Amino acid sequence: MSNDKYILQAEGILKSYRMGAAELKVLKGVDFAIEKGEFVAIIGASGSGKSTLLHLLGALDKPDEGVVKFEGKEINWANGKELNRFRNKMVGFVFQFYHLLDELNVQENVYLPAMVSKSVLGWFSGSMVAKNRAKKLLCQLGLDERIGHKPYQLSGGERQRVAIARALMNEPKLLLADEPTGNLDSATGNGILEVFENLNRTGQTIVMVTHDEHIAARAGRIITLADGKVSSS
Amino acid sequence: MYKILLASRYLIKRRISYLAFLAVALCVFIVIVVMTVMIGLVSDFKEKNHSFAGDCVVGTDSLVGFAYYADFADEVAKLDFVESTSTVINTYGLINRSGTDVSRGVQIFGIDPKSHSLATGFGRTVHYHKDDISKVFVPAYDTNLPGCVLGIDMAMIRDLRGKYQFGQMPFNTKFSISCFPLTAKGALAKAGAGEINTKTFSYSDVSQSGLARIDSSLIYIPFEQAQLLCGMGGVDKRASRIHIKFKSDVRLGTGTNKVGALWRDYMRKNKDKAKANLFETVTVQTWKEHRRSFVAAMEKEQTVLTVMFSLVGITTVFIIFVVFYMIICHKSKDIGILKSIGVSNSGIIGLFSSFAVFLASLGSCMGVFGGWLFLRKINSIEDWLFARFGFQMWDRSIYAIGDIPNQIELRTVLVIIISAFAACLVGAIVPAWQGAKLRPVESLQVNQL
Repeated sequence: MSNDKYILQAEGILKSYRMGAAELKVLKGVDFAIEKGEFVAIIGASGSGKSTLLHLLGALDKPDEGVVKFEGKEINWANGKELNRFRNKMVGFVFQFYHLLDELNVQENVYLPAMVSKSVLGWFSGSMVAKNRAKKLLCQLGLDERIGHKPYQLSGGERQRVAIARALMNEPKLLLADEPTGNLDSATGNGILEVFENLNRTGQTIVMVTHDEHIAARAGRIITLADGKVSSS
Repeated sequence: MYKILLASRYLIKRRISYLAFLAVALCVFIVIVVMTVMIGLVSDFKEKNHSFAGDCVVGTDSLVGFAYYADFADEVAKLDFVESTSTVINTYGLINRSGTDVSRGVQIFGIDPKSHSLATGFGRTVHYHKDDISKVFVPAYDTNLPGCVLGIDMAMIRDLRGKYQFGQMPFNTKFSISCFPLTAKGALAKAGAGEINTKTFSYSDVSQSGLARIDSSLIYIPFEQAQLLCGMGGVDKRASRIHIKFKSDVRLGTGTNKVGALWRDYMRKNKDKAKANLFETVTVQTWKEHRRSFVAAMEKEQTVLTVMFSLVGITTVFIIFVVFYMIICHKSKDIGILKSIGVSNSGIIGLFSSFAVFLASLGSCMGVFGGWLFLRKINSIEDWLFARFGFQMWDRSIYAIGDIPNQIELRTVLVIIISAFAACLVGAIVPAWQGAKLRPVESLQVNQL
């Protein structure tokens, strides 16, 4: 499956967790591939290992066995520096609970990934560009009035849009979303999905994890996880 | 840059940071105040002892003294690194104020005031003859009598604020001083009813050395009078000590070693003389060695205090560690978020180290400022407490301590600030390292490290 058209490939992924003396096998050999520009939904029942798989795809965790390839290159055995660069530049995460930093305002939360990628001197020279991009992203997501607000001053939908803007800050090739609407009402969740659809139309590759079939139906392709394996793709 | 941004926000936005900041400031404040006062007291005590003894002392504790001192004193005075010398008679006797029946034991120093002032700080301790020390034994009233200089606590009563009330002139009174004159062999020089030498002196001045024991029991009289009183005159005159002052650029140990070498050479040359056996008890000591029974006790107190404050310091490090641990525990989710956007482990440690440096900087500045302010006003505060509640740190009627020392030493401040920074960094780095080593997914899922 090592073809240039694939942005992400998972081959024979195994992952288990220790629960006291017992070992809980979550993923029992997951194989799939995602093409550039796809909008893929990974669906499965609660506890099927969807989020675990997403964390492995984004290099937030390592599989016990198997390989995750990003643009044909294995990422699970990369060194720390490469992994940090991968998380900073190549992927953007959107979490169910937004995971914004409470001490920073909306704009600061958004341009934080750009700040992380730059040295102090680099930031002094490039901060205006980053701040303008953060502003632009927030405007695109309808948050231009909320730039100076703190996360606790925002609604759930607004927070999630801030999280999306942050994920897009460094123009990642892959957007990973873990139950992005799971904490939102259906109308707000629909708004978030529209954002994803619009992004996908501009060529953004998106992998979204959800347990809701209706939400998954908004994606271009659905991968179903059952009993630790891909049951349909 | 994100480290500075986040560290500063953690400092401002987190209330628990204020507790850590206060803990650092309070510890710096306490240590600065206590160390400044203690170091000030010890330095002051040492300086007074140094002033009392000069730089080097050649002499004996024996009341018999040693002979041939004058030739040796001349040889010492010729040394190019010696500024001045003072030969002293040290003995003990009884003093009786004229018109009273009460006698008390005193230590008696026979000195030449001029040379003794050059070799020691004696000239600065007298009250009425500061301008012309050579006349310190010239009494204001009975000019036919030799004068005597009393330790200030023998002549005056220190008030509750540690002050003395001096008159225009020393009051008109006489003292008779009695000594047992001793032969070179240590036997009483006289037999029968007249075995004691007694001489009357007129009170001419007081000496305030600031050393409680000296000021309450030492009396200065002219050298020749003391020599006669204790039987050290005669053919082979004897003295107790030679106090030596070195030139300012001479190291204490070096100068004392050279004087010691000269003394050994002098003993060898004079070993066949009649009273050469008295050389055996003579020692050559630095002022510190000479006054060690007093200085060592004070130094030991300082060491004990330093050890105690080291323990306080360890406790402080632990408190700061706990505060940081709590802060970083609360921030485990942030660690996960930061890792998910590409922050490295060293970046996480750097972030919390920056936080620690901010805390240490602010805490130290506040602590130093508070300490400086408190020390600047410490004597006024004590005065106010005394006036209002009768409280004193030290009872000035008992302790010969004037003002509470409040001169902050730069070295002390630097050591305390460096310790505060080290405490904060140690307190921050350990939990930060623990947080950093977690996988991002663990940090995002758990709320406890």
